[in-house]
Amino acid sequence: MSNNKDIMRAEDFSFTYPGAPAPTLKSINLPIEKNKITALIGPSGCGKSTLLRAFNRIHDLYPGLKYDGKLLLQNQDGTMENILELKSESDLVHLRQRVGMIFQKPTPFPMSIYENVAYGLKLSGVKSKSELDGRVEEALKGAAIWSEVKDRLKDSAMGMSGGQQQRLCIARAVALKPDVLLFDEPTSALDPISTGAIEELVAELKSEVSIAIVTHNMQQASRLSDYTAFMYLGDLIEYNKTKKIFMNPDEKLTEDYITGRFG
Amino acid sequence: MVGRFFKEFSLFSAVLILIILAGIFATLYIYASDSIHQFGWHFLTTDVWEVGEDDEGGVFGGLIPIVGTLLTTLIAMVIAVPIAMGIAVFLTEVAHPMLIKPVSIAIELLAAIPSIIYGMWGLFYFAPIIQHLFGGSGVGLLTAGIVLAIMIVPFMSAITKDAMNVVPGVLKESAYAMGATKFEVIKDVVMPYSKTAIIGSVILALGRALGETMAVAFLIGSIMKFPKHLTDPTTSIPVLLANNFSEAQDLELSSMFYLSLVLFGVSFIIISIAKFYFLGRKR
Ligand SMILES: Nc1ncnc2c1ncn2[C@@H]1O[C@H](COP(=O)(O)OP(=O)(O)OP(=O)(O)O)[C@@H](O)[C@H]1O
Ligand SMILES: [Mg+2]
Repeated sequence: MSNNKDIMRAEDFSFTYPGAPAPTLKSINLPIEKNKITALIGPSGCGKSTLLRAFNRIHDLYPGLKYDGKLLLQNQDGTMENILELKSESDLVHLRQRVGMIFQKPTPFPMSIYENVAYGLKLSGVKSKSELDGRVEEALKGAAIWSEVKDRLKDSAMGMSGGQQQRLCIARAVALKPDVLLFDEPTSALDPISTGAIEELVAELKSEVSIAIVTHNMQQASRLSDYTAFMYLGDLIEYNKTKKIFMNPDEKLTEDYITGRFG
Repeated sequence: MVGRFFKEFSLFSAVLILIILAGIFATLYIYASDSIHQFGWHFLTTDVWEVGEDDEGGVFGGLIPIVGTLLTTLIAMVIAVPIAMGIAVFLTEVAHPMLIKPVSIAIELLAAIPSIIYGMWGLFYFAPIIQHLFGGSGVGLLTAGIVLAIMIVPFMSAITKDAMNVVPGVLKESAYAMGATKFEVIKDVVMPYSKTAIIGSVILALGRALGETMAVAFLIGSIMKFPKHLTDPTTSIPVLLANNFSEAQDLELSSMFYLSLVLFGVSFIIISIAKFYFLGRKR
């Protein structure tokens, strides 16, 4: 049942936090399609962030957790690799360069705007100044923030507005030319105008990367995404085209959630 | 009403600090003025400390204790800063959670030990080891510097550790999410983020090392001699002051005030340089 429309895919994937008596994610099966936006929705605590954070194994920074099943990532040659089998630090570093992440709160590093974007590139071994300059500019343009910052690339990133910082974080991730970008409620700390800018940006990015986005904002999910997954208490209840989920979901639970009857 | 009171009270406290600072400076200067008149700047380059005939006059110069103070402090900082950073990084980023608590408590206890105990321990236990390893008489610059380092490490690492602990987890996570290794996260995120507190702790430790009297008095040898080797005994400003204060009179006493003025100045300059150099470029 391999089909290379999926850049990533969870197969019977379960996840248990250290010390937790029961798994937080229970046997999830979910594809992330190439060059599409997949939204993850569901009430607070259902495991959206937990699932997202498994896709680039950021969980592994903390000891004692337990994975089961498979998380597959498509390689250049079209084969699927189970990323749960990666062990060494360098393999994980490589994975995280391919699967980037943007967090709820903007997280600029304590360095200049330029350095923030160049940072990941330098880590991945880009040394030449001219190549760095080029790719930083390209990434900042890609994140629609170039015109705002081009005259103050040397300034500290901490002095930007929240919305600018978030777009900077996106630029930083985009600069690495990842295959997948994971967004965990990227606009929940922003005002409506910044939110609009980010949404526009995410929609544009999908021609280059595949995107998974967690959101509590139903309009955002329906506006932005091609596919939507509804999760509840650690289970994936329903996954389908976004239109279908919002117009005519198969499950009663999904409908109740979308229409705001609980959650 | 309360707000206004509070505002005035804090203004008062702030001004009080400045007044105390200026007052100390003025007192030192007044008491030192005889010596300043007599020796001028030569005081700083003269390596003699001799009372004249019949306890009258004499020649006094601060070079030896000044050099002794600077060298012991330098040795202490060179050893202590990397070790303290290492401990702090280990406790915040590397150590197994089970280990963090006991080690942190041990460090805090070490920081609370009075300096005279470090001095006695250093003299009876540590000096013979130094003598065995490096020759010399056991007491001297190196011994004093190393024990000073041991004294300031706990203090520096405790402050640095607390600062590193408040680096937001999500900031570290986002560096990892860019493909950073643990080492790179520590170097590029944790250290810069806690830079201000790290430098603050280094400056406080520096101040403590410069002014430390008891431990150094036990370990430096307390003789008025210019050190040629790291293991040679010599003296430092606080040690000389503490040893001679009770008997000194007239010009010697005034010279000692001159010396304390120098210590005051040296601390002030070093700390200002450290502050401006490291924090000045911060925005
Ligand atoms: N570090 C952790 N250790 C143990 N349990 C955790 C940890 N983080 C989250 N959990 C638990 O896992 C479950 C899922 O949490 P998760 O953060 O994935 O939810 P979420 O769907 O992202 O919620 P929200 O919409 O509020 O962000 C919750 O019950 C939470 O209490
Ligand atoms: Mg979440």
